[in-house]
Amino acid sequence: MRKALSVGRKEVRQILRDRRSLMILLFVPAFFLLVYGYALNWDIRHVRLAVEDRDRSAASRSLVSAFVNSGYFDLVADIRSPGQVTELMNRGSVRAIVVIPYGLQRDLLAGQTVPVQVLLDGDNANTATTVMGYALTILQSESSRYRMVAGVMGGSAVMALPRVWYNPELRSTLFLVPGLIAYIVMITSVVSTSLSIVREKERGTMEQVRMSPLGAASFVLGKTIPYYLISLVSALAILLVAMVLFGVPMRGSWLVLLATISLYLVGALGLGLLVSSIADTQQVAFQIAVLASFLPTLMLSGFIFPIASMPAFLQAVTYVVPARYFLIALRGIVLKGVGLPVIWPQLVSLVIYSSVVLLLASLRLRRQWS
Amino acid sequence: MNAIVVNELTRTFGDFVAVDHVSFDVRKGEVFGFLGSNGAGKSTTIRMLCGLLNPTSGTANVGGVDVGSDPEGVKRRIGYMSQRFSLYEQLTVDQNIRFFGGIYGLSGATLQKRRAFVIEMAGLHGREQTRASDLAGGWRQRLALGCAILHEPPIVFLDEPTGGVDPVSRRQFWTLIDQLAEGGVTVLVTTHYLDEAEHCHRIAIIHAGRLAALGSTTELKRVFEGRTILEIQSDDPVQAMRVLDTLDDVEKTSVFGTAVHAVMRGSGGGQPGSLQSRLADAGVQARRIDPVEPSLEDVFLEVVSGAGS
Repeated sequence: MRKALSVGRKEVRQILRDRRSLMILLFVPAFFLLVYGYALNWDIRHVRLAVEDRDRSAASRSLVSAFVNSGYFDLVADIRSPGQVTELMNRGSVRAIVVIPYGLQRDLLAGQTVPVQVLLDGDNANTATTVMGYALTILQSESSRYRMVAGVMGGSAVMALPRVWYNPELRSTLFLVPGLIAYIVMITSVVSTSLSIVREKERGTMEQVRMSPLGAASFVLGKTIPYYLISLVSALAILLVAMVLFGVPMRGSWLVLLATISLYLVGALGLGLLVSSIADTQQVAFQIAVLASFLPTLMLSGFIFPIASMPAFLQAVTYVVPARYFLIALRGIVLKGVGLPVIWPQLVSLVIYSSVVLLLASLRLRRQWS
Repeated sequence: MNAIVVNELTRTFGDFVAVDHVSFDVRKGEVFGFLGSNGAGKSTTIRMLCGLLNPTSGTANVGGVDVGSDPEGVKRRIGYMSQRFSLYEQLTVDQNIRFFGGIYGLSGATLQKRRAFVIEMAGLHGREQTRASDLAGGWRQRLALGCAILHEPPIVFLDEPTGGVDPVSRRQFWTLIDQLAEGGVTVLVTTHYLDEAEHCHRIAIIHAGRLAALGSTTELKRVFEGRTILEIQSDDPVQAMRVLDTLDDVEKTSVFGTAVHAVMRGSGGGQPGSLQSRLADAGVQARRIDPVEPSLEDVFLEVVSGAGS
């Protein structure tokens, strides 16, 4: 154990001396957090809206203000002639246009159904769908108001009153930050562990150390503990920064969080060790490490694409992606405040994953050691 | 008292026999040279003796420990330094010493004492905080040696320790090796600098996995007993060699710098005067022809060609 500590102390000194490792460990996470935190965002706000109000009544004004007050739309143009509609859309100066027909107020009060036209710019299908959802919600709530006023029964007597839990404003940042932690921690720990071991192979220091009575286990332990600590700090730092910058809540127990991150890290470091047992040059190690950590964690973990909507084959693959379990657990702890009674299956999966990876890595490394 | 006893040591990789039934003993306090061209089996032998590689057959006993059954025990008793001077380049002199001390289980007063010894031995006073990468070759080499003997091993393996180091540093280094041996440390050193091999008490020449010759420099040179070696200086050594090879009493020739060494057949052969005139007949002007003592290089070439054919 004292020998492992010697290795660990040496490793820390090397990390502090080596600008490249430091960059990977400190700046890459910060950079990712800012880029993804600010840029990767599906919330659609400030939709530029134009209104062609042919009715010009109290009812139509109330409808327009319902759009503006929703917070999603910015009223940028008031259309006076029908020709403007095409022009505004073509130039892309508005994404949505609401056309209110003549006689809106009169017909509404008479209890009749009035068609209100919503024109959407469909060049970005995702945005258009979301904006359509906003518009429909606004129109529905307005129309129900008038039905009450007019005393009309029938129509839609049952109304959905949606309420979103945990993330009432549906801010995608809340959803993304746990994914970011999984992603950043996975990349930095796999890349840095594998590089640090393969570097020793490449420079011949590994051979020198193998000549000493230091066992393979002490060597690996000493080399990975510093990266474990750094990655742990890095994960917590991401969470803290996200809490301050993006208003991410931390509703669960810090202890459970720490345990979850630690389990995930052990798996990630194990994967790094496995990579280092396969690669003989830093270049190859880097490529394999990025491929093995970056792609699955980004694509197959539920970070961005929901696992439930993947084809069955890919869904099967996600079972060997540790980030899958980690994300469910992390979102549970951070957003829902749930604890062990809920997330234990994820933790068990992480334990299994880590054990298998560590076993494989240690078998391979031990064979190479002697 | 033998520090290393090697008996019929063999290692194969698939069909390839890297080390083929090699046997030799190394006495305690001896500087034992291991000579051979690249791929001759030197490194494989050393790796087996260090406990890094299991022998396919045969045994080796290093410092009283059997290599095959207790490789970890061997590792505690030996120091190892290779031509790559495997130091941690980003770490300082002091940090390297502390690290290697740490993995050999040294601490406290022992570590301090050994650290002072290594700094002194390597002449690194005032450079304790210099990074290993900033040291000149000779210093790095001595630091690497220091790190390899921190734990005071009775046996030290040096695998081509002087590669890429200037001649002055090489000389200093051999002085250190001599001092180690005087202190009772057994040194097994591989090299392909033949002038260096002359420092060794005994030399093993290894060729194609087999032990081709073994003995002190003087003993090895007896291979030429009853034969004469003539050194021929001429303006055109290549042409001289070509002509010499056609002569009946010339057994073999080899180039030494601008001179040619000719091994003459039989004790009677090799009259410098007659050779000079015969060369002149063939149009080669020899400035001087002198009988010379066989050098280790002559021995090496002789042994290797003999073993090869």
